[in-house]
Amino acid sequence: MTSPKRIGKIEFGLLSPKQIRDMSVCKVIWPDTYDDDGFPYPKGLMDPSLGVIDPGLRCKTCGQKQGDCPGHFGHIDLAKPVLHVGYTRLIRKLLRVTCRECGRLLLDEEEIEKFSALEDDPYSAETIGEKDIKKERVCPYCGDQQFKINFEKPTSFVEIVTETDENGKVHKSEHKLTPADIRERMERIPDEDLRLLGIDPEVARPEWAILTVLPVPPVTVRPSIILENGQRSEDDLTHKLVDIIRINQRFKENQDAGAPQLIIEDLWELLQYHVTTYLDNEVAGCPPARHRSGRPLKTLSQRLKGKDGRFRGSLSGKRVNFSSRTVISPDPNLSVSEVGVPLAIANEMSVPVRVTKQNLEDMRSLIRIGPNRPTLRDPCGANYVNRPDGRRIRLIAGPEGNCDTVAEMIEPGWKIDRQLRDGDIVLFNRQPSLHRMSIMSHHIKVMNGRTFRLNPAVCPPYNADFDGDEMNLHVPQTEEARAEAELLVAVQENILSPRFGAPIIGGLHDHISGIFLLTNQLKWYNKDEFLYLLKYTSVEHLPEPGKIENGVPYWSNKQAFSTILPNDVSMFYKATCCRNCDPCTKDTHCPNDAYVRIVDGVLISGTIDKKSVGAMDGTILNRIIRLHGTKRAKEYIDDLTKLAIRAIMLNGFSYGINDTDLGKEEYKQIRDVLDKAEEDVAQRINIFEQGHLEPMPGRTPEETLEMQVMKELGKARDRTGDIASRHLGFENSAVVMAVSGARGSMLNMAQMAGCIGQQAVRGERIVRGYEDRTLPHFKRGDKGAGAHGFVRNSYKSGLSPTEFFFHAIGGREGLVDTAVRTSQSGYLQRRMINALQDLKVAYDRTVRSTGGKIIQFVYGEDGTDPAKSASGLPVDVKGIAESVLKEEV
Amino acid sequence: MTRLNVLMHEMVPDHIIMTPEDVQKLLAHFDIEEDQLPKIYHDDPAIKACGGKPGNVIKIIRKSQTAGEATSYRLVVRRPKK
Repeated sequence: MTSPKRIGKIEFGLLSPKQIRDMSVCKVIWPDTYDDDGFPYPKGLMDPSLGVIDPGLRCKTCGQKQGDCPGHFGHIDLAKPVLHVGYTRLIRKLLRVTCRECGRLLLDEEEIEKFSALEDDPYSAETIGEKDIKKERVCPYCGDQQFKINFEKPTSFVEIVTETDENGKVHKSEHKLTPADIRERMERIPDEDLRLLGIDPEVARPEWAILTVLPVPPVTVRPSIILENGQRSEDDLTHKLVDIIRINQRFKENQDAGAPQLIIEDLWELLQYHVTTYLDNEVAGCPPARHRSGRPLKTLSQRLKGKDGRFRGSLSGKRVNFSSRTVISPDPNLSVSEVGVPLAIANEMSVPVRVTKQNLEDMRSLIRIGPNRPTLRDPCGANYVNRPDGRRIRLIAGPEGNCDTVAEMIEPGWKIDRQLRDGDIVLFNRQPSLHRMSIMSHHIKVMNGRTFRLNPAVCPPYNADFDGDEMNLHVPQTEEARAEAELLVAVQENILSPRFGAPIIGGLHDHISGIFLLTNQLKWYNKDEFLYLLKYTSVEHLPEPGKIENGVPYWSNKQAFSTILPNDVSMFYKATCCRNCDPCTKDTHCPNDAYVRIVDGVLISGTIDKKSVGAMDGTILNRIIRLHGTKRAKEYIDDLTKLAIRAIMLNGFSYGINDTDLGKEEYKQIRDVLDKAEEDVAQRINIFEQGHLEPMPGRTPEETLEMQVMKELGKARDRTGDIASRHLGFENSAVVMAVSGARGSMLNMAQMAGCIGQQAVRGERIVRGYEDRTLPHFKRGDKGAGAHGFVRNSYKSGLSPTEFFFHAIGGREGLVDTAVRTSQSGYLQRRMINALQDLKVAYDRTVRSTGGKIIQFVYGEDGTDPAKSASGLPVDVKGIAESVLKEEV
Repeated sequence: MTRLNVLMHEMVPDHIIMTPEDVQKLLAHFDIEEDQLPKIYHDDPAIKACGGKPGNVIKIIRKSQTAGEATSYRLVVRRPKK
């Protein structure tokens, strides 16, 4: 497999003055654009021979109309040569490697030989660089002494001439090289020597890097725009060209009048400045040319460079129609595969539908409804009708509208733009689009309000939350696009992440808390309660009651969860709430109910929590996809989220400030622990100050002390957490959230109720601030816990002023870290995508580039698609064995 | 002076010079030209040790995290100067 055409070589060259003159249609000498009557000055910057930008006029050069005429270059003859900023590096190199007198390369033939090609390999020739030539040597050809050439940014060169007088004294003098001097030197370099330097003299003689004639781009490149008040506003490039011509003319006049050298030099510099900023307005060491308003001008280089430049902005970046954007908000009643779309957006956006014999009447009724759909209950209408000849008719509602007439006109072959309605498929996207799950297709549900609505369970793949996030929606316009959206991009096809081969969609926060509260330990519900739980799921038949007491049927909490499982799932694992007891009781009753046993779709024991249903975890969901496919998995997610929400609503779930309260006894214990720790720290400091501290291997005594103090205080903080958690049980919502894995950790709990602990900057106690102390509240040299950022209060008890300050220091570090990380990882991602974007897996499982070059002989070396793997492994041996044996392996 | 043979090192995978017949079979199997193979420089320590010359194709058998053992093939090319 070879690509049909391959690039052999690319040649980069310079425009020669002759080429510039040859392609020019007009010598521009007049620094103005239009006269008072609005006609362009002949030989001015808007000369009609440079192209047309006004509709209706014809080009003076090619006779074509606006839009057809590509525009034509003109030229400006510069009074004196000036450097091209883009080539100063090249000029510097050439000045340094060639003789100032004869222009030859400063190497003799023997030295040149070292760089030439080996006989067997014509490509082994090297190009000679600046470093290959010794400074201030004597020319091997004409014997002339060479001098050091200094380059001063942005555009001047200085030669440092050293002379030795008869007394042997060395005199140094700086001699500024004018562009004309440099050009002369460049002209002297022979073609042969240029080839050795990696320059093809046929296309790039170095003297062409010094401009004697400047091309004037066609007006189509720098169109002037007419403002509302009828005034013309010129392009930045035109402004810059005006400056150049004006200075150039003045320069010429002064030159002809025989002005003093000083004035000539000043004008020369000014001309150089204008030409430099015309080419690049962001040169280091050169003040940018500004507009009258103070805004820097956007000149040639600025048009190409950077994010909004021609390459990244105009060529790689594209804009589309049929898209919309608004704020997102949650709606747990939607399916994960749905998206709520505001009526206003659904009315504006459309899908093209072809009129056929079969749907003619339907289409007529759509057109009769027209572009206005007042409420959700009304049927959708149409916005435009497209005739087969390419004409487009806009539908207008109301008695003066054209809907009824157009409805009678349509016939098979026409196309109408139908408004969006429930069930239409759309692409939904949130930036930054870092992985393929950032764009997924959803089915529309038209809704009131002004926001897009989505099920919170699909937040993880988009990395969305509802603190003001906005998302984009695109409507596929062809049958093929809709088919692909349905089959490849649908939410359920993206449940398994190709990053780690496990579900990325799943329950979050309240879903996990809810399902945990439902399934933990054994509870019994009567029919009312059981129906309340399952009301919003797709379950249609109640299971047999688990027990009947006094003729009243009861169902267990485990049965409630089992109803939403397919009846052939068998799994055995430890849940997130497992405390890793030793020894593990496993089958016999686990005290935490953390050992999950599911046999044939029935939850026998164990608690369902993050491990089972969480996003990025979801072991049950994983199994369901493998057994029953993605559609069943989607239904399971919908059922699960709805069941979990009902479960959390059954008892309610809330948190208040007094939920962090502990008993008197606990507060005393915490106080004791902290007092003891501070005492310990003081003691260690004492040992250190007496010089008795035994340093740890490879550490100074100071470092050893710091480590000991940090360790001691860390332990104390953990102990307070233990004390607090002993007091707080599952009646405390924060404990439920931490244990089930829904949100937060026991550490967060400890900080609320017990003690916040040591604040750190770069992993060390806070040391900076004033002389020998962190704050003026402490004695100089105080090494105690409190003086270096130990916060012994809890968030509940409140921080002292010094503690608050230390806490702010520690908090700031976290913020700075995230800010730095996001920008750096964003750049890494961009570079990686640029490197990998054209690779694909071929049908023979090789990874290939566009040229058919092989990158990997087998994709990932094992040919496994991670999204189809079992958390990275090609075969899920444990899962299969468990399904068959129905017991843990 | 005894020189370390890098191929003896545990972490250097096996480098085997392929016969021209095997190379032809390989190219036919993947339906590629020689220059579509991945490259390796002639002065790579492992190539110097196994005696590969520009134009040779080297079979590299290395340990793989995912597959246990993975084979790849590289064409020896002269390192361009600079």
